[in-house]
Amino acid sequence: MMKNILRALNAENTENQRKIVSFGDSSLVEAPGGRIWTFASIAFLLLLWILSGTFGWVNPLFWPPIGDVWHQLNVIASEGYRNATLLEHIGISVYRVLMGFLLGCMVGIPLGFALALSKVMNRIFDPIVEFFRPMPPLALIPLVILWLGIGESAKIFLLFLAALWIMALATRSGALSTNIAKVYAAYTLNANKRQILFRIILPNALPEIFTGMRVSMGVCWGTVVAAELVAAESGIGMMIMVASKFLSTDIVVLGVILISLVAYAIDIFMRIMEVRLIPWRGKSS
Amino acid sequence: MLEVKDLSMVYQTPKKEEVSALLNVSFTLEKGEFLTILGPSGCGKTTLLNIIAGFLQPTQGEAVFDGESVSGPSPQRGMVFQQGALFEWMSVEKNVSFGPRMADRPKPDAEISENTRYWLDTVGLSGFGGKPVYELSGGMQQRVALARCLANDPGLILMDEPLGALDALTREKMQGLLLKLWNETGKTIILITHSVEEALILGERLFVMAPRPGRIEKEYRLPFAEQGVADDSRKIKAQSDFVQIREEVIGMIWSMEEEIMGRQEEG
Ligand SMILES: Nc1ncnc2c1ncn2[C@@H]1O[C@H](COP(=O)(O)OP(=O)(O)OP(=O)(O)O)[C@@H](O)[C@H]1O
Ligand SMILES: [Mg+2]
Repeated sequence: MMKNILRALNAENTENQRKIVSFGDSSLVEAPGGRIWTFASIAFLLLLWILSGTFGWVNPLFWPPIGDVWHQLNVIASEGYRNATLLEHIGISVYRVLMGFLLGCMVGIPLGFALALSKVMNRIFDPIVEFFRPMPPLALIPLVILWLGIGESAKIFLLFLAALWIMALATRSGALSTNIAKVYAAYTLNANKRQILFRIILPNALPEIFTGMRVSMGVCWGTVVAAELVAAESGIGMMIMVASKFLSTDIVVLGVILISLVAYAIDIFMRIMEVRLIPWRGKSS
Repeated sequence: MLEVKDLSMVYQTPKKEEVSALLNVSFTLEKGEFLTILGPSGCGKTTLLNIIAGFLQPTQGEAVFDGESVSGPSPQRGMVFQQGALFEWMSVEKNVSFGPRMADRPKPDAEISENTRYWLDTVGLSGFGGKPVYELSGGMQQRVALARCLANDPGLILMDEPLGALDALTREKMQGLLLKLWNETGKTIILITHSVEEALILGERLFVMAPRPGRIEKEYRLPFAEQGVADDSRKIKAQSDFVQIREEVIGMIWSMEEEIMGRQEEG
C-alpha cells in the first residue's frame, strides 16, 4: 500500500516521461508529480526541529522547541491573546491585507493602463510613480500616522501604497507587451478603441497583472506585520510584537508560522485562479 | 479598385538620420487582381503594405481604395500577418468571428456563427472551432488567420509573408488554398513573399522591388495563377516559361542583394 501511495505521489504524465532532455525544460519542472520531495523536505525540517528541541541543540530563547509552539497554539486558540481570539487576530490581519491589496489593484491597474496607453498620462504620472515606488511603505508610517491616526485606515492606506506601485508597473509592462500586429489586426476587424482596450490589450496584459497580484500580495503580508508591529491593538503582527517584549519566543515563532501558512494558502489560491483564468499564459504565438 | 499615387515614405531614425523606404511608387490594381511583391530585405515592402492598410501615413502621395483616400485602418482592407496576430485568449471560433462581432451593427448571432462555420469549413478546419489557437500547428494557425480575415469580408486582402513561417509542404498546400479562395471569392489580393516560386505561382501581376530608395523595379504579368486554379502547381513549376521567368527574377534579386552587400562593405 505504501508503495502505491508513493507511486501516486510521484506520478508524472507519460509525455514527460519520454523526454530525454530534462535540464532546462521548464515544463518538466512544473509538471505534476514529484510531491514526495516536498513531503520529504517538510518532514526533514520538522524532524530537525524536534531533534534540536529534544537534545537541546539551540537555546530555546533563540528558537523554541516544537512542543512549546504547539502548546502556545493550543492555549491561544482556546483562550485567545490580549482580548481577542486567535481567529480574530488572523482575521483582522487578513482583512487589512485584502483591503489594501484590493484598493491597490483598483487604482493601480487603471493607472498602469494609463501609463501604457496615453503619452500625456505617461508624462504626468511616470515621475510620480518612479518617485514613490522605491520608497518602502514602512518609511511612511510616521507620516501616515500623523495624517490618518493609528486606526484601520492608516494601516490599510500603507498596504494600499505597497500594492499600488507594483500593480501599476506590472499592468503597464503587460499592456506594453502587446504585439502591434494584434492591435493592427483588431483595427482592420472593426474594433474601436474601447474594444481594443478590453478585448486585446487587457487580456494580453492579464498574465503580468496576475504576476503583479501575487507579488503585491506577498509584499502586503510583509507590510501588514510591520505596520501592526508599530501600532495596533490586534492582528498577528501585534501578537508577535507583544510576545517579543516578554521574550516569549514560542509565540513569536507561532505568529510567524501562522502568517506564512495563511499567505501560502492565499498564494496557492491565486495560482489556481491563474491557471483557470489565463490558460493562454506563455502561449503567445 | 486600388490606386497608389506617387507614394514616398521617409523614416526618421531616433538619431535623426533619414531612411528613404519608398520613392514615388505608383500603380493601379483592378478589382479581383492578385498582386505579388518580391524584393530584397529592406526594400520597403512592409512599409508599402502598412500604408495601404492605413497603419502608416506616407510622407508624400496617397493610396485610394474604391474612391476613398486611405486615412486609417478599415474593415474594407483586411490584413493577414506573418504570424503572432491571432488572439490566443480566444478560441479558433472566437478569432474567426471577431470581425463580425465587433461591427457597429452586428448581425444576429446565428448568422455570425453560420458564417464562422462556413469559413472554418472552407479553410479545412471544421471541428476545430472550440480549440484554443495555441493548440494548433503553425499551418493551421495561418488558416485561422486567413479565415478570420475572410469572415470579415474585406474588399482587399493584404498579406505580409503569410506563409513565411511554414514548412515547404504545408506552404504548397496553402498556396493552393489561396488560389482556390481567390478564384471563388474574387477578392483583390496583395501578397508579399520572399519566395520567387510563390510569387510566380500566385500572382497575376508581380512587382519586383529594389531598395534604397524603395521602388518598383520591374513589373510582370503572369499566366500561372489563372492556370494554377485548375492545374497542378508542380506541373506549372516544371514548364519552361515558368523556369525562364523564375531564373530571370532570381538573377535580378541576387544582383540587388550583392549590390547591397558591396555597399555595406564599402560603407
Ligand atoms: N520604424 C522605422 N524607422 C526607421 N526605419 C525604418 C522603420 N521601419 C522600416 N525602416 C526602414 O525602411 C526600410 C524598408 O523597411 P520595410 O520593413 O518596409 O522592408 P521590407 O521590404 O518589408 O523588408 P523585409 O523583406 O526584411 O521584411 C528599411 O531600410 C528599414 O530599415
Ligand atoms: Mg517586411
